[in-house]
Amino acid sequence: MPEANTGDTPKGLSRRNVIKGVIAAGAVSGAAYLFRGSMVRAGGAAAGSVERLVTLNVNGRERRVDVMKQETLATTLRYKLGLTGTKLGCDRSECGACTVLIDDVPHYSCSILTHTARGKNIVTIEGLAAADGTLHPVQQGVIDEQGFQCAFCMPGFIMATVGFLKVNPNPTREELAHGISGNLCRCQDYDKILTAMMRGAQLSRT
Amino acid sequence: MPDTPKHPPFKLIGKNYTTPDLVAKVTGKAKYAEDYRADGMLFAKLLLSPIPHARVRKIDASAALAMPGVKAILTADDMPKPADALTDLGARIPANPLGERGLTNEPVYQGEPILAVCAVDELTCAEAIEKIRIDFERLPHAIDPLETLRPGTPNARVEGNVWIRPPVPKGQQAPPPQVKELKWAEADFAEIEHGRLPMGKLHPDGVDVAPQSDEWSFGDVDEGLKKADLVLDETFTTPNTSHQTLETRTAMAYWQNGKVYVHCSTQSTQPTAPAIARWLGLVDDKGQPDVSRVVIISEYTGGGFGSKITSAISAIIPAILSKKTGAPVMMRVSREEEHFIGRARPSIQGRLKVGFTKEGKITAVDMFVILDNGPYDPQGDANNSGRMLSLMYQPPAMRWRGVTVLTNTPPRLSQSQPGGFQGIALMEPVMSKASRKLGIDQVALHRMNAPEGKAPIGAAPPGGKRAYVTSAYIKEALDRGSEMFEWERRKAMPKRSGTKARGIGVATSCFVGGSVGFDGLFIIKPDGRITVQSGIGNLGTESVTDSHRVVAEVLDIPWEKVEVVWGNTSKNLPNSAPSGGSQTTHAMTRAAWATAHDAKKKLQEIAAKDFGGNPEDYEVARERVFRKGGGSGMTLAQAAKRAIELGGVYDGHEVPAGISPYTKASVQALAGQGLLAVAKDTMPRDGVTHSYVAGFAEVEVDLETGKYRIVDYMAVADVGTIIHPRSLGGQILGRSTLGIGHAIGQKWVYDSHYGIALAKRFHYNKPPTILDVPAKMTWDALDIPDPETPVGARGIGEPPVGAGCCAILNALSDALGDDIFRRAPVNPDTILASLEAGRPMQEQFTAHI
Repeated sequence: MPEANTGDTPKGLSRRNVIKGVIAAGAVSGAAYLFRGSMVRAGGAAAGSVERLVTLNVNGRERRVDVMKQETLATTLRYKLGLTGTKLGCDRSECGACTVLIDDVPHYSCSILTHTARGKNIVTIEGLAAADGTLHPVQQGVIDEQGFQCAFCMPGFIMATVGFLKVNPNPTREELAHGISGNLCRCQDYDKILTAMMRGAQLSRT
Repeated sequence: MPDTPKHPPFKLIGKNYTTPDLVAKVTGKAKYAEDYRADGMLFAKLLLSPIPHARVRKIDASAALAMPGVKAILTADDMPKPADALTDLGARIPANPLGERGLTNEPVYQGEPILAVCAVDELTCAEAIEKIRIDFERLPHAIDPLETLRPGTPNARVEGNVWIRPPVPKGQQAPPPQVKELKWAEADFAEIEHGRLPMGKLHPDGVDVAPQSDEWSFGDVDEGLKKADLVLDETFTTPNTSHQTLETRTAMAYWQNGKVYVHCSTQSTQPTAPAIARWLGLVDDKGQPDVSRVVIISEYTGGGFGSKITSAISAIIPAILSKKTGAPVMMRVSREEEHFIGRARPSIQGRLKVGFTKEGKITAVDMFVILDNGPYDPQGDANNSGRMLSLMYQPPAMRWRGVTVLTNTPPRLSQSQPGGFQGIALMEPVMSKASRKLGIDQVALHRMNAPEGKAPIGAAPPGGKRAYVTSAYIKEALDRGSEMFEWERRKAMPKRSGTKARGIGVATSCFVGGSVGFDGLFIIKPDGRITVQSGIGNLGTESVTDSHRVVAEVLDIPWEKVEVVWGNTSKNLPNSAPSGGSQTTHAMTRAAWATAHDAKKKLQEIAAKDFGGNPEDYEVARERVFRKGGGSGMTLAQAAKRAIELGGVYDGHEVPAGISPYTKASVQALAGQGLLAVAKDTMPRDGVTHSYVAGFAEVEVDLETGKYRIVDYMAVADVGTIIHPRSLGGQILGRSTLGIGHAIGQKWVYDSHYGIALAKRFHYNKPPTILDVPAKMTWDALDIPDPETPVGARGIGEPPVGAGCCAILNALSDALGDDIFRRAPVNPDTILASLEAGRPMQEQFTAHI
């Protein structure tokens, strides 16, 4: 298949052209969001370029993966590693649906370059439950309270809560609300979300 | 007050339980449209129009098509002609020749898709889009609905600037609506100088319109206003608000053996198959959608709010590209694209003249509205705003007039409480002002004008009588709410404290709460378990399983023995209500009730066949059918085996008359697996079903900055019998918060010179965050069964919206007085500027500021 995937920087997709494209067509919202099906070219990396085949530690496992230098962690997780539990709601740090933990700190994976996460521990929603299927206390909190409606925002909220509880394991409702206020729920089910996350905090302490 | 009805004690209905989709959701295994993959999957991206109104003269895609990896380009010329649509309530609207086709050669709003590129990956699509040259002929555009009614101004479409509905020829289907040019006289606009909405002609001279399509009335409005002690003449503007579902309308499609499989985001599962078939032009020789050629897969949907009732027309783009390329095609829709094609609630500019007696009773309402419809199909919001107002405040006389204006802004569609929200939002500021002018408590004023029992709604059709609702207990909701909210205590608190002002507000709200006439289908398997076929969409409201709790309740079987099949139309689903207009809980608990009774009857008949006597001698309980008072009987498992032996109607080999052809096909596919229960809801209903919410709020305003915070919010719902408390609570407070967004910040902002959107996405068009609402909100529901439906449950998706928005607005007026705002949302700068000037300072008659 000698077509399309000839390198990691597409010819003609200069920054100037991307900007022009946005203005002219209004269609392109930044190249990093776009998915590039990729094939590794033969031969080593050119001098000064970034190694494409990298090792990531995701949910406690070492994963070898082919990553373009402009690729975001959300794209790598969803399209290269099959971890579709991490959702893309906005692709620009506005909604938090793509929140994952990197070394225990919540990050918007849509706005993290995968290369910067090398050598760090990445945890996604798929990595929270125990191997035997026992749910994480925060996940169990959602079950107990029937938290969330459509749940598209849920993985992000849960990861943000798990991260917040690591620094404040015994928050008030108001403190927890502040802690997860970088996440947006369009069903606007905030009251029940907070109840479920507080239940998760309680279960985490016992 | 007369005794309110009570429902019998239930084992499952009204109890919390864990829905069967929840573990998949919390572990990230739940698959939404974008989470599916198929071997050889290609990607597609849209090229959106950069200008608000133009004609495409020429597309040069030669350089793009020559690129390696580019597979196909789709333009408007490849798209099927406009097809019939389903309304919020499932009724068919005949095809509108000026309707959307998914792609266009005459873009009528900035961001309208012109073509789609399909390639091996998205970056290649994006590169290809850059190489496409489009020669546009720019056409005049209209962004502001009032402006386009002025003489000599441009129209949003070549054909004109307003929608009219032509008269229906006798004995025929309603013809499609038409676009005409309507311009008012310059003198009409003099009203603007007095802060009042101009009220010109409703349609162009010499144009015939259908009766009541732009004007209706009941009672004597002039007399009502004449005898009033207080007449208020108020103009108010509601915002345009994008639906902003967190999951965009991404879709993936492929063809196998002449069938198209569409993985899409949709509010409804079963009703989406005919919609997609129609959009794709897959119709049989009678013009009916050929659902045998469409499979919809949608197990989880990331929100809809009315914007994805039967998915979206954009979902046919990957389907057509898949046919063209012979490969699966995924079209991810970005947040930027979703802003343009993701639908929005239309703004209404309204003027209300309302008469009150000095005791507070409304004597008459004269209502005039201008609907900012966007460029495509006429929305029902203008008419519905009047209809819901007529129910909620029960004026003895009312006139409604409305103009539906086209603008070159993104397409509108029903959003939670469509039209009802706007009607409530126009009227509540009037109620609030009247309460202060007359010195009557806000709750008391709402209560004395609230509907009760089988209250009338809307105008009588020509030659007919006024319709009425099935029931209304909103007065009880106001009573319970005032008590729980401690209204009297809060009212007695001082309004000022240093630089802070506080206020309390109440608002009542209503909307359609259910439809009738759908089918249910389930099987009692030979292992004694029940498999329910659910055609209901899974958009987060949980009605996809909540409704079927009724089956287990009627048959007295533990819920653990019930499996619900959902989310895939190839799994033999029944004809189901579209999940829009809050109809599902009402419609589908009725269908479940009817179907459970079909099963009960079959079980009794089987027992009578085996043990003698009459079917009525047997009862069904504790997973058995047995002779009343004890004696011979059999388990459901045994009865299921007997049903298979008996065949015929018992195991589905014989299909009862009256059920929908769609359900019939599913019954035939499932026949022989056990005792098959199937029924259509044909139960009587006296009245039209509506639900109601009373919202209560307290706000605190910082007089130095204009910033305000919501101290408390509480909502009490009159929605009939409670089916599932936690999902109901989520709906009541979730939809209230959607309404609160309309009060505190959501709106569009446009550069009207270029017709370009300035506030897009989430950041500049921000819906409420978790910090915009109190950390603890409260809800309650009356749990009074609706007398016209067997379980007593009505829908809840809509009425909280108006209650949420207007309780906040009324609390702001309580804190600050009448001279602060004339439109929503109310931002801190509006409050500060108006406080300083002593009069409303926000420009009132310009759209999108």
